[in-house]
Amino acid sequence: MKNRLLQKTVYFLIAVFAFSLLYSCKSGGKEDKQDTVEITTVDEEVLREVNEAKKIFYSLPSPLESAMLIKSAGAEFNEELLNPTQNTSRYTTNKQMALNLGIYTCNLSFASLYDQTQLVIDYMSAAREMADGLGILDAINDETINKLEENVNNREVILDIISETFLNSNSYLEDNEQPAIASIVLVGGWIEGLYIGTQLVDMDQFDSNKLVGRIIDQKLSIGIMLHLLNDNNQHPSIPGIIEQMEELKAVFDKINIKTTDIKPEIDEQTNVTILKSTVETDMTTEVFMELAEKVREIRSSYVK
Amino acid sequence: MKRIVQIGFILTLLFAVNSFYANAQCKGFAKKICRAELGSYTHDGNYHAAILVEGEEAELYKTFYSDQDYRVAICGSDNLPTIEFKVIDANKNILYSNAEDEYSRTWDFKLESSQQLKLVIKVTTFEELSDDPASGCVAIMFGFKAD
Repeated sequence: MKNRLLQKTVYFLIAVFAFSLLYSCKSGGKEDKQDTVEITTVDEEVLREVNEAKKIFYSLPSPLESAMLIKSAGAEFNEELLNPTQNTSRYTTNKQMALNLGIYTCNLSFASLYDQTQLVIDYMSAAREMADGLGILDAINDETINKLEENVNNREVILDIISETFLNSNSYLEDNEQPAIASIVLVGGWIEGLYIGTQLVDMDQFDSNKLVGRIIDQKLSIGIMLHLLNDNNQHPSIPGIIEQMEELKAVFDKINIKTTDIKPEIDEQTNVTILKSTVETDMTTEVFMELAEKVREIRSSYVK
Repeated sequence: MKRIVQIGFILTLLFAVNSFYANAQCKGFAKKICRAELGSYTHDGNYHAAILVEGEEAELYKTFYSDQDYRVAICGSDNLPTIEFKVIDANKNILYSNAEDEYSRTWDFKLESSQQLKLVIKVTTFEELSDDPASGCVAIMFGFKAD
């Protein structure tokens, strides 16, 4: 009797083990099938379930992409808008450190795109403090800082280092079953980009301002962000962030974006596909002011 | 009872080690192999990779911005069959399919207006059926041209 129980238990554990292997390395998203699977053995039914499951990724603009969008819109650099590096000691909880890892990475990216060499090193050190605090091993180390210092006048290399360190951080979090923390880092970076962008808008040239267009474009990402956060809402820090993002979405919802159908055309010379379409938007200065204030309020709660 | 606990412990340990190893391999694959496919484009720093099985599909949602030059690279590890991917707009129109481009791993594009697009990635199946379907890492990476 005892032996049979042991045998059954071993079979069950082997089945669980084998099934788990098929699902290993599935971080960074959620399966869209939530049904419980009754496992008796590894058979075709299990494999069919695996094949039917669909992994979904929600991709937000990274801090580097957010900073690049501000720069490409022709905005000027303003150091006063960045979160001072002296603030690092304020951040002691995982939520604060994750948000500010995103914020400092955005500041770092912003500084690098405007060739602010000393700030690049200072902000990389601030990002390192946040990553270390989160237990992200070796995402940013002495070698990274040395490489930055050696290439301080080479923007291309600096951008590559920033991109790699961010990849190290978020892949570490995803691989170590911390996708919620990874999503909080992205929220921090995205809000910081939006904050810097809204603060840099010249209201005297509101209608023709390319930066205003970039801010309106963020309406397209807030839904993706909410999906990402809802996928991770079992983490205690997430519901509060969702609440803030819902408030922000309510303001974005006052903006209409109408685009025509997309027509792809290949440029034969460069082999680049141009997705041709036109867009109409209708953000008023009042809605912009409301949006800027909401973003400022959220960002203040992150950096305080 | 003691033996059951021992076996359970060993299996749990094996699972943890295997999972860690698979994750590390996937990360290494994304960083070393797929990132290189971006060439002169700057990688945005985001990490999207997973172990997928033959026949399995994945989807990715992302906003792409007007007037930016983008390259998407979608790579599967060597043991996997061909990876097929499509780019679809909000009206479900297929804007690109690598099946019509010799299953290229990369696609370069630019938008005249910002759009949220969906990428559908599918691991095709080998012609010969196997009791042990192939599984391996699939990575999705985005690069842009920085000013």
